[in-house]
Amino acid sequence: MAYLNITDLQKHYDNYHALRGINLAINEGEFIVFVGPSGCGKSTLLRTIAGLESSTGGTIELDGRDITELSSSKRDLAMVFQSYALYPHMTVAENLSFALRLAKEEQSVIDEKVKSVSASLQLDKLLERKPRELSGGQRQRVAIGRAIVRQPKVFLFDEPLSNLDAALRVQMRLELARLHKKLGTTMIYVTHDQVEAMTLADRVVILNAGQIEQVGTPLELYRSPNSRFVAEFIGTPKMNLIELDNVVRENDTLHLQLLNASIDFPVSRTHGPLPDKIIMGIRPEHMHLVETGGDLVGKVELIEHLGSEAYTHIRLSNDQTIIVKAPARTSIKDGEQVHIQVDRNEVILFNDNNRVFSVIAEDASHD
Amino acid sequence: MTLTQQRKLKTLLVGLASWTVALLLFFPIFWMFITSFKTELQAISVPPQLFFEPTFENFSIVQERSDYLKHAWNSVVTSFGATLLALIIAIPAAYSMAFFPGKKTKDILLWMLSTKMLPAVGVLVPIYILSRDYGLLDSKLGLVIIFTLMNLPIIVWMLFSYFKDLPKEILEAARMDGATPWDEMVRVVLPLSVGGIASTGLLSIVLCWNEAFWSLNLTASEAAPLTAMIASYSSPEGLFWAKLSAASTLACAPIVIFGWFCQKQLVQGLTFGAVK
Amino acid sequence: MKRSITRLLMAPSVILLLAWMIVPLSMTIYFSTINYNLLYPGRNNFVGWMNFEFFITDPGFWIAISNTLILLISVLVITVVLGVALSALIDKPFYGRNVVRVLLISPFFIMPTVNALIWKNMMMNPVYGIFAWISQTLGFEPIDWLSDYPLMSVIIMVSWQWLPFAILVFVTALQSQDTEQKEAAQMDGANGWHIFRYLTIPHLARPIAVVVMIETIFLLAVFAEIYVSTGGGPGYDSTNLAYLIYNQALLQYDVGVASAGGLFAVILANIVAFFLIRAVGKNLTV
Ligand SMILES: Nc1ncnc2c1ncn2[C@@H]1O[C@H](COP(=O)(O)OP(=O)(O)O)[C@@H](O)[C@H]1O
Ligand SMILES: [Mg+2]
Repeated sequence: MAYLNITDLQKHYDNYHALRGINLAINEGEFIVFVGPSGCGKSTLLRTIAGLESSTGGTIELDGRDITELSSSKRDLAMVFQSYALYPHMTVAENLSFALRLAKEEQSVIDEKVKSVSASLQLDKLLERKPRELSGGQRQRVAIGRAIVRQPKVFLFDEPLSNLDAALRVQMRLELARLHKKLGTTMIYVTHDQVEAMTLADRVVILNAGQIEQVGTPLELYRSPNSRFVAEFIGTPKMNLIELDNVVRENDTLHLQLLNASIDFPVSRTHGPLPDKIIMGIRPEHMHLVETGGDLVGKVELIEHLGSEAYTHIRLSNDQTIIVKAPARTSIKDGEQVHIQVDRNEVILFNDNNRVFSVIAEDASHD
Repeated sequence: MTLTQQRKLKTLLVGLASWTVALLLFFPIFWMFITSFKTELQAISVPPQLFFEPTFENFSIVQERSDYLKHAWNSVVTSFGATLLALIIAIPAAYSMAFFPGKKTKDILLWMLSTKMLPAVGVLVPIYILSRDYGLLDSKLGLVIIFTLMNLPIIVWMLFSYFKDLPKEILEAARMDGATPWDEMVRVVLPLSVGGIASTGLLSIVLCWNEAFWSLNLTASEAAPLTAMIASYSSPEGLFWAKLSAASTLACAPIVIFGWFCQKQLVQGLTFGAVK
Repeated sequence: MKRSITRLLMAPSVILLLAWMIVPLSMTIYFSTINYNLLYPGRNNFVGWMNFEFFITDPGFWIAISNTLILLISVLVITVVLGVALSALIDKPFYGRNVVRVLLISPFFIMPTVNALIWKNMMMNPVYGIFAWISQTLGFEPIDWLSDYPLMSVIIMVSWQWLPFAILVFVTALQSQDTEQKEAAQMDGANGWHIFRYLTIPHLARPIAVVVMIETIFLLAVFAEIYVSTGGGPGYDSTNLAYLIYNQALLQYDVGVASAGGLFAVILANIVAFFLIRAVGKNLTV
C-alpha cells in the first residue's frame, strides 16, 4: 500500500471537467513531479490533494487514512505557492512560525525550529524583515521555510520557481533537490518546465487534458514514451516526427520507406496488424550526419550553435524539416546538402492514434 | 515653440484651470468660514467684504444659544457608535460572502443594496411610532440603531469588495498552515484589510455625521446631533448670517478636517471596489 | 468551510436588514389602509383605498413625482458629465495638485442642512447674496433663485454636494488606467480626443456605474436641502416625494395618508432600483 493513494479522482468545475479519473500511487519519500502543458489540470490536481479544491469523485488516502473530505488545515500537508503567498503583515520569523503558533506549540520549541530552519535556508539575518523588504529569491526561501518548519507529511509545490530569473531558478532547483535528500519527505511538485521535471523527479507524472498520460522515471519517459504526446513533451529540442511514405513487413523485417530510402529492421514482435499511417519518432541525438550514404538526404536550413553542440535544421526533399544534433565544431554550412544516418535502435513508431505500437529498440534487444 | 515649451504651457494651463474650478467649488465653504468672523452688519454688506476685522463673538453666542458642545457630542457618539456597531455586524458577513461565496451570494449582496434604496420616507411613520413606543425618540441609542441599519448595506458592500481583492493564495496558505476559519479571519484577513476597514469606517462616520432626515425627524433638544441643531437656524429671525455661519462652521469643521486628514483612505473607499 | 458557519456569519446582517425592511414596511402597508390621524386618536377604522386616493389626488402628487425624477436625473447628469471632465482635467500633474484635491473633496463633507443654508442665504439671496452682487456688478437684474427657480436651486445645491464624490471616484479610476495602453494608442496615431473617447470612457464604465448607483440611493431621498431652503415651495414647485410625505405625516399628522404616500415612494424607488440594479449590477464585480 502506497503512502499517498489517489483513486479515480474527478473534478468538475461548473461546466468544465478538469480531472478525468486520476489514479496514482505515491510512495513515502518520493519526489513526484506533475508536468504538462498549461491548463492540463496540474494545479487542480495538486490543489485537490491539498484540499483547497473539493473533488467531485474518487478518493485520496494519505498514510492509510481517507482524507478526501478532510479540510486543508487538518491534512498535515504544506504547500509552496507560485506567488509565495507570504503573510505581508508578518515578519519573516512570524511567517515561519505561524503554523506552529496555530498548533499551539511551546514557545521554546517554536524558537528552536524557526532558528534551525532559518539557518539552513540562510534566512537568519532576515528574521525581522517584512516580506516586501525581501528579494524574490529570499521570499522564495521564506515560502519554503514556512513549509519545512511544520514537518508535514507531504510537501506540495505549485510552480514555485517560475517567478525567479533563470540563474536563480537553477540554483533553487539544486537547493530543492538537496533539501529533498536531507529531509527525505514526500514531495509533489508541479511545473510546466520539463527540465525541472527531469532534473528533480524520482518519478514524473505527465498530465494531458485532465488525464494521466504516463508515469515513470525521467529516463523511462525519455527513452520509452508510450504516446506521441509524451515523446514530444519530453526532450529539447523535440523528438523528430517523420511521416513515412510506406511500411512493409517482410517476414522478420520491417521496411520503413521514405523518399526512396528504406530503413530496415529485424522485428521479432509487433502489436497486431500494421496501421495505415505510421509516424517515425527519432530524437535529434539519434541521427548522425555522414559524408556519404546514410538513410536520408536533405538540405541544411539553419544551424543553432549552442557552444557544446550544434543543432542543424534540415529540410528533406518532401519538405519535412528535422533537427539533427551535430558536434560543436561542425564545418557544415547553411544550404549544404547532407546525408543522415538514423540510429535504428532508437527509432520509435507511432500509429494513427499517436500511440506507440512497437518500440523497435526494445524488440531489437530481444534478439 | 519647442515640444518642451508646449508641454510646459499645457501643464500651466491645466493647473490654472484646475485651480479655478477648485476655488469656485470651494468658495461657498470659504465664504461661510470668513462670514463667521464678521459682525452681522459686515455679513450682509453689499458689496461683500473680503477684508475686515475678525470677531469671535459669534462662536460664543452659538454655544450659548444652542449649546453647541452638547450637539457636537451627540454627533460624535452617534456617528462613531453606529459605525463601530455596523462594522462589527458587517465584517463577518462580508468575510463570509467574499471568501466562501455560494450561488446566492451575488443576489444577497444586491438585495442588501436594494434595502438601501428603500426610501426613508416610506417607513418614516412606523419608525417614528416604534421609536416612540420603545422610548427611543430623541435618544442617542435610537439614532445609533437607525444609523447602523441605514449604513449596513453600504458597509457590507465596501468590505466585501476589499476582502475580494485580497490575494486568495495568502488565505489558502493560512489554511494549509492549519488555520481555522476563525484564525483566518482574525489573524490574516483583518490585519491585511486594516486600510479597507478604516476607509469604510471613515465613510460611514461621514455619512452618519451628515445624516439629516432621521436626525431631524426623530430627535428634539436632547439627542439632536449637529445636523438638527443647524436646521434650527433655518427659520430666519431676521438675517443672522454671521451667527448662522459660525454655527455652520462649528458643525462642519470637525468632519471636514477629519475628512482632509483621511482623504487618501477615504478616496480609496469611495470607489466601492470599482477601481482596482 | 461548512455552509452552516458561512450562514451564521451572514445571519446578523441579513436578519437585521430583513427586519429593517419588513417590519416598518408591513406597518406602513397596514397604516395605509386605516384612518389614522394623530390629532384624532382612537378612530382607526379600515378605509381601504381611501388614503391612496387622497394622496394621489393631492394636487402636489404628480408634481412631486416629476420633481423627484427631474432632481435625480439632473444631478446624475451634471455630476457624471462634469465629474468626468474635471477628473480628466486634474489627472495630469500640475502645481499644487494635492491642495486642489483637498479643496475639491470638501463639499462632500458639508452636511445637507449647512449646504442648504449657505446657498440659500449667502449665495442665492436676491439682495445680499454673492450671486445678486455678481449680477448687479455685471449690470443685470438679480435673480431671486429660491422663489423663481426653486427646483433648479435645489439641483444646484445637491449637485455641489455630489460632484466631489464623482470627481474623486473618477480621478482614482483614471490613475489606474494603463499608461502603456495610452502610449500604444498614441503610437497608433490617436489624438487626445480619441484616447479620451475610446480608452478613457470605456475604462470609466464601472466607476460611472458605481457613481450612478450610490448617488441614486441618496438622491431619491433628498430631504434636508428642501426642508431647510425652500420648504418645498413656492407651492409645490420644489416638493419631492420625500418632502410631500413628510408634510403629510408630521405637519398634517395624517399617518394614514402619509403611509399611502410612503408606499408610492417605495414603489417608485423599486422601479428605479429595478432598472438601475439590472443595468449597474452587471458592471459590478460581485
Ligand atoms: N475555478 C475554476 N473554474 C473553472 N475552471 C477552472 C477553474 N480553475 C481552473 N479551471 C480550468 O481547469 C483547467 C485546469 O486548470 P489548472 O489546473 O490551473 O491548469 P494548470 O495545469 O495550468 O495548472 C483549465 O482549463 C482551467 O481553465
Ligand atoms: Mg497551474
